[in-house]
Amino acid sequence: MTYIAKPLFHHPQLPTNALGFTHRDYEGRVSTLCAGCGHDSISAAIIQACFELSLPPHKIAKLSGIGCSSKTPAYFLDASHGFNSVHGRMPSVLTGANLANRDLIYLGVSGDGDSASIGLGQFAHCLRRGVNMVYIVENNGVYGLTKGQFSATADKGSKSKRGAVNTDSPIDLVGLALELGASFVARSFSGDKAQLVPLIKAALLHKGAAFLDVISPCVAFNNHPGSTKSFDYVRAHNEAVNRLDFIAGREELTADYAPGTLEVVVQHDGSVLRLRKLAADYDPQDRLSALNYLRRQQAAGEIVTGLLFVDPDAGDLHDFLDTVETPLNALGEEELCPGPEILAQFNAAHR
Amino acid sequence: MPKPLEAVNDFVVKFSNVNGSGSASANALFAKSILRMGVPASSRNIFPSNIQGLPTWFEVRVSEKGHLGRRGGVDLMVAMNPETWDEDVAEIEPGGYLFYDATKPLPASKFRNDISIIGAPLTAICNREYADPRQRQLFKNILYLGALSALLDMDVAAIETLIGEQFRGKDALIRPNVKALHLGRDWALAHAECPIGLRLRRANAVGERIFITGNEAAALGCVYGGATVAGWYPITPSSSFAEAFAAYCRRYRRDPVSKQHRYAVIQAEDELAAIGIVIGAAWNGARAFTATSGPGVSLMQEFLGLAYFAEIPAVIFDIQRGSPSTGMPTRTQQADILSCAHASHGDTKHVLLFPQDPNEAFLFAADALDLADRLQTPVFVMMDLDIGMNEWLIPPLSWDPRRRYDRGKVLSFADLEKGVEFGRYLDVDGDGIPYRTYPGTHPTRGAYFTRGTTKDRYGRYTEEGSAYVDNVQRLLHKFETAKGRAPRPIRQKAKEPTRLGAIYFGSTAPAMTEALEALEERGIRLDTLRVRAFPFHDDVLDFIAAHDKVFVVEQNRDAQLRTLLIVEGEIDPKKLVPILHYDGTPITARFIENAIAERLSVVPLAPLRKALP
Ligand SMILES: Cc1ncc(C[n+]2csc(CCOP(=O)(O)OP(=O)(O)O)c2C)c(N)n1
Ligand code: SF4
Ligand SMILES: [Mg+2]
Repeated sequence: MTYIAKPLFHHPQLPTNALGFTHRDYEGRVSTLCAGCGHDSISAAIIQACFELSLPPHKIAKLSGIGCSSKTPAYFLDASHGFNSVHGRMPSVLTGANLANRDLIYLGVSGDGDSASIGLGQFAHCLRRGVNMVYIVENNGVYGLTKGQFSATADKGSKSKRGAVNTDSPIDLVGLALELGASFVARSFSGDKAQLVPLIKAALLHKGAAFLDVISPCVAFNNHPGSTKSFDYVRAHNEAVNRLDFIAGREELTADYAPGTLEVVVQHDGSVLRLRKLAADYDPQDRLSALNYLRRQQAAGEIVTGLLFVDPDAGDLHDFLDTVETPLNALGEEELCPGPEILAQFNAAHR
Repeated sequence: MPKPLEAVNDFVVKFSNVNGSGSASANALFAKSILRMGVPASSRNIFPSNIQGLPTWFEVRVSEKGHLGRRGGVDLMVAMNPETWDEDVAEIEPGGYLFYDATKPLPASKFRNDISIIGAPLTAICNREYADPRQRQLFKNILYLGALSALLDMDVAAIETLIGEQFRGKDALIRPNVKALHLGRDWALAHAECPIGLRLRRANAVGERIFITGNEAAALGCVYGGATVAGWYPITPSSSFAEAFAAYCRRYRRDPVSKQHRYAVIQAEDELAAIGIVIGAAWNGARAFTATSGPGVSLMQEFLGLAYFAEIPAVIFDIQRGSPSTGMPTRTQQADILSCAHASHGDTKHVLLFPQDPNEAFLFAADALDLADRLQTPVFVMMDLDIGMNEWLIPPLSWDPRRRYDRGKVLSFADLEKGVEFGRYLDVDGDGIPYRTYPGTHPTRGAYFTRGTTKDRYGRYTEEGSAYVDNVQRLLHKFETAKGRAPRPIRQKAKEPTRLGAIYFGSTAPAMTEALEALEERGIRLDTLRVRAFPFHDDVLDFIAAHDKVFVVEQNRDAQLRTLLIVEGEIDPKKLVPILHYDGTPITARFIENAIAERLSVVPLAPLRKALP
């Protein structure tokens, strides 16, 4: 457990964002995770991303399943409503919440056990439906909270702390997300904040189902030699296809990039994603070749990271269902109750 | 041979058919034409878990007096399925009638000599008249309807009008159907003695009543009650509920200008997701429900516990059936009472409502949405296949235009701005119900973190035993509050004072009313109480205390409501006598009458009954 006392007063010189909020206004309770746990770094990245984007904290709803990772919504965005639901079922709760009020930003936080083991079905179906959300899996290859059993993302041949070898094939959530139609798919590493923060920002501004797989080593149960989810292993095998340098709303392009090395993607809301290409011919708007590339590199033992796919014009579940602009939870009797005359006609039609 | 049964406007007709043969619409026409003659009737489908080929029955109860439960016994059998011939013939009351397709001759051993037999060459007529095999099949059904119209002295004009209504828009189909109707009718008029002893006579006993299934009525109740989000997964007998809700929403829930939808219906990947969607939506301030059956409720268990402890409104319609999936999925039961009352893990108790018919299902649907919001807890509406999927003749649905949705204790932006104290699990008013906030209400006040029970009154994380006890004791107190808010039981006194009582609930109601009348004729008087909700109102316990012996009539094996009564009311089990019907068919008046009479050691009546009006 990390014991960091959080002073309550605001330093007068703390920098503020466009809403006048400081970084502190996006923080949460003191984390009770193990010191050095990758999940805490992801919480810090979420805080920074929301602060930098000047999102009103109360307009974000944070939902999670069960696990160490799923506890983290308590440790960021204290002014947001949070829901620590049940194991593997965050996606359905988030889907319902999203249907009730389309005006909030939905942030789903889950673990690899939560999403790839017990919750694989819900993971798949909420992506298929195109729920407008950011779905982050804090992926450590084990069940942290129940003390280190393998999860479904553990690589075949990966060794547990006690020496057991995993014989099951791994589930690759990024590959699944691509196949299931997620309109924003990225992978990152909790130890690479420079890569992670811009990806979270881009995902928060994306309209549609945005999925982020963040490798997040478990220092207590999966950070030893023989593990493929340890800090050392991930650092050694991390192969970023691009760097998301910068995001801004409708800004001029000024930076100088060598020709052919910059990919510019304008999202639905006008935000601009500038992707510095690292893998020369990687096209993040081509779902099929992204899948192919991923498979090939994976077979070679590489962990592909970066913005792997984005469809900047994707729709979301509300578009598909053609729901009204007003949030459903704001409709009253006037809009919802057909009234006695319609009922009289209804009765007449049943005689 | 006994004297052939004679009855006007009071008998039971049963159709025995093959599933998928197109008989359903002809049978429905039969039931509806009786209503159009002003004679009350109800109909019950007894169908297999199959799309085509297995036996299916349709039972019509005609009762000018208005007894619309199942009576028991069959006066006229329309036997159209050779496979179930023997059991169908056996079910006919002595003196009753058998109508069948006599195209293929049957040996005399296949018949009974204590019933009247009418054999019509239906297949032969169809083969003569129609070339297309599908038409031959479909019109055979209309043909027997035509024959029945003559045999039972029905008003043909009423049937013709209904055919016209049924095929409105597909007018080319009207004439051939009317023709088939008359082919059958003419055959009967020419070859049979018309009418038989069972007859219909125009009456004025239907009035304003409507004919509708409970699933449709309750789905409309959800529309009127302001539900905007539905999550569901197909399962008989609940599927038509969600489908009706979606259909009514398409009709009644569009923005008049943009035509966009003021609702969202998600056919989820399973029942876990269905209830998850409901809980997420309700947490976020929308009214939400799911409709399912026993196996679905089983899958929802974990979420139901979360919703109970995290105090999230959710409305669950359980259209009960004979479970499991390879149990009797298309038969009716009231066998989920205990599993719903105590659904999930830990110390949970849930609010249950028991509608008696589609009319109450409509009302209780809207009430359940109010109650769930008011009590911030899951509320089950315990329907069953009989109410849900059969068409019932019920008083017209009504809605008070002044009715406002009770959204319960929700703090608004203005409340928070004023600085009212907010503790998510703080009992401010002494009724055990705390205040809640919807996400996004206020920039700096009212946010809280939702979790199970590791929390204090302000929603702060704690694993303290004392905080846990404090919280779950408040939940018990809230359950007490629920007693006064849920629909009250309905008590009915016998004509003369009696120490005997009977408790019943749900779809048993119409059969119970008829049974009480018959018992009264036999000199057995019972006060009754119809339970309409759990937790039990004090009236229920008072009723039991006021009687020496109380029959508890249920459609399950284990006397589940009785168990709840014993436990909740600390009642001596000897006092509560179970009357149980659980073969999957709707309970009958005769069953209840005989079972109660038997328990009272009254000499049972001979099984042969007079069927005179
Ligand atoms: C229905 C159910 N089964 C089992 C558990 C026990 N459990 C709690 S957390 C967890 C695994 C969490 O693993 P993961 O999602 O990878 O999260 P991590 O702790 O690794 O961050 C399990 C199995 C539970 N809470 N609920
Ligand atoms: S057990 Fe692992 S995942 Fe859980 S807090 Fe500790 S380091 Fe993090
Ligand atoms: Mg994990």
